[in-house]
Amino acid sequence: MNVKTETRTSADVNQSAKLAIADCDIHPSPKSVEKEIYPYLEKRWQKHNETYGLLLRQPYQNGPAYPKGQPDASRRDAYPPEGGRPGSDVKFMGEHHLDVHNVQLGVLNPLKSGQGLQNVDFAAAYCRAVNDWQISHWTSQDARLKGSVCLPYEDAALSVAEIERRAGDPNYVQAFMLIRTSEPMGQRRYWPIYDACAAANLPLAVHAFGFGGSPSTSSGWPSYYIEDMVGHAQSAQAMVMSLVMEGVFERTPGLKIVVVEAGFAWLPPLAWRLDRIWEKNRDELPHVKRPPSEYIRDHIWLTTQPFEEPDRRSHLKDTMEWIGWDKLLFATDYPHWDFDDPARLPLPKVNDATRENFFLGNALDLYGLR
Amino acid sequence: MPAVAPGAIDCDLHPAVPNVKALLPYFDDHWRDMIVQRGVHELDSISYPNNAPMTARPDWKPETGKAGVDLDRLRVEALDGFQTSLAICNCLYGVQLLYTEDMAYAYARAVNDWMAAEWLDKEPRLRASIVIPPQNPVYAAAEIDRLAGDRRFVQVLMLVMDEMPLGRRRYWPIYKAAERHGLPIGIHAGSAYRHPVTPVGWPSYHAEDSAAQAQAFQTTLSSLMTEGVFAEFPELKVVLLESGFAWLPSHMWRLGKFWRGLRMEIPWVDRHPMEIAKDHVRLTINPRDVPPSADAVERLMKHFESDEMLLFSTDYPHWQFDGDDALPEGLSPALAQKICQDNPLATYPRLKETV
Repeated sequence: MNVKTETRTSADVNQSAKLAIADCDIHPSPKSVEKEIYPYLEKRWQKHNETYGLLLRQPYQNGPAYPKGQPDASRRDAYPPEGGRPGSDVKFMGEHHLDVHNVQLGVLNPLKSGQGLQNVDFAAAYCRAVNDWQISHWTSQDARLKGSVCLPYEDAALSVAEIERRAGDPNYVQAFMLIRTSEPMGQRRYWPIYDACAAANLPLAVHAFGFGGSPSTSSGWPSYYIEDMVGHAQSAQAMVMSLVMEGVFERTPGLKIVVVEAGFAWLPPLAWRLDRIWEKNRDELPHVKRPPSEYIRDHIWLTTQPFEEPDRRSHLKDTMEWIGWDKLLFATDYPHWDFDDPARLPLPKVNDATRENFFLGNALDLYGLR
Repeated sequence: MPAVAPGAIDCDLHPAVPNVKALLPYFDDHWRDMIVQRGVHELDSISYPNNAPMTARPDWKPETGKAGVDLDRLRVEALDGFQTSLAICNCLYGVQLLYTEDMAYAYARAVNDWMAAEWLDKEPRLRASIVIPPQNPVYAAAEIDRLAGDRRFVQVLMLVMDEMPLGRRRYWPIYKAAERHGLPIGIHAGSAYRHPVTPVGWPSYHAEDSAAQAQAFQTTLSSLMTEGVFAEFPELKVVLLESGFAWLPSHMWRLGKFWRGLRMEIPWVDRHPMEIAKDHVRLTINPRDVPPSADAVERLMKHFESDEMLLFSTDYPHWQFDGDDALPEGLSPALAQKICQDNPLATYPRLKETV
């Protein structure tokens, strides 16, 4: 929120956190699509972009159906002094965020990446360009940053090709999708993506938002931006439910899912509900061999921003224990307005090892960076 | 398990329309003729496939036909079985699923008159919810007005997934009528199937349809709160039926977090959603999506910061538990007492008139 902004620089590095941290959700943007993305995009698609633009399954050419709470959904202090969108300057991001918060590992999750475009060929070309750009403009410029392989996920074959192209490249730590897919993620059309991720040893991050075309609630479109934002949690629940109930984790035991920016406290009640329903409907689900909560415990990680804030921290502690402390990954969502500041996070009291793993170790383990 | 003490009030049970023939006497000539002439099929929702495990508990399932159609069995199995003093009937015949609003209105009237004559007149422990056609809120309000004089109707019944999120102002005539008559709005699991049951499309399995109800209740609460229903109707109570309840605290945390950041968008929401929920939202106890240990249930109960939100229900004849295991482990005797008797009486003012 921008009621009051404060400027901190690397000189007054936050002493209360002290720890080096991993930030598992940072959003980089190009300063200019023409200058930064076009070099990696075939002429045909450059021309397509000039003529038709990025057509998503949403009403407007220029922005989201629900206007954001802030310009560009960003912190007002995150605009680079040299100009450009928040999150578009690797140097400024380093000083304004990575240095200040002692970020040792920053995971880049590009959002205007071509994902969810109506035209899947264009989506594939654009994702590929954005993936190249993550190396040229980010990971090669600051060793703390790692990229995500953006997938044109509505087409599994094109996605598999992109995963295979990037497999083994240390610039990337995960593959990347958006939660609001056009069909539930457990369905068969997406299965080749999971096999390819497992084969490439890439966790699959699934981030809030997306353009699947279905209303964002099962009762139709809501009225407000706040409902759109809160609703990512329900979309994430539907995603986890589908992956479990379709038997994806039984079929692809190497698959690791990271739920990004969709909250986390909903996970235990979802697991309890799925267990109860699974127990009573075993004959419909012969492919789901174990209680759903076990697959969830083994295969689901979650980033914590925007951090849930009950009145009592002990309530949150219960929830985090039920999820498993080893499955929670700290994230800030820099440069967005609902940024979680690591120094001010209302984290329940835990021992030092748990705290260190929460802020860093869990991410290093998940991404194989120890 | 904590036993259900005698005198509990069962806030969700389901007498079923055996078939459309049983309803025919309650239609006017035009609609009776239309139904026969057109051979209208049964309005059984896909939410409850007739032979699916959770639709009827094995020992409550008749050899043939639907569960919940027999008053004698309901007396023995549900009322005597749990020694309930009162029980609220929520008829799930698929009136809300019709696309033709006049037809839905006719069906709603028939179901309500059938309920009064075939159940309420015959069994003094029964109460019922008014079935309405949400397809047309003006008709719905008229149906509430028509029946509100019968004090055995204690609530208005809606399904959680309708054409639009239930907070939308299109529905406000319904809430206005309900508030005027001191009737809570009961929002039951189920869908009019205008949209896929998940925000990411249609799932493959019935089990997923069941599980997805919880997310629908969450977005519905978001809608009711953000649109300002409880600011406009300060006396209104909403009862979530067959909703599960374990998800409520964490959903309120998340809605509350964003309310802090985005309250300028919804200035009529002048306090934390959890506070609004404590005053206006109630949830029935079955199905219970609770952790496996009593200790964890006890901790979960504290997350509600209130002992007034949960209401006893058996969900008869749906299969949510076996034997008389109607309450989860981990409830204190005092909380069980609140859930089984005090909270229902506080939620439904009309119940006090007969207890």
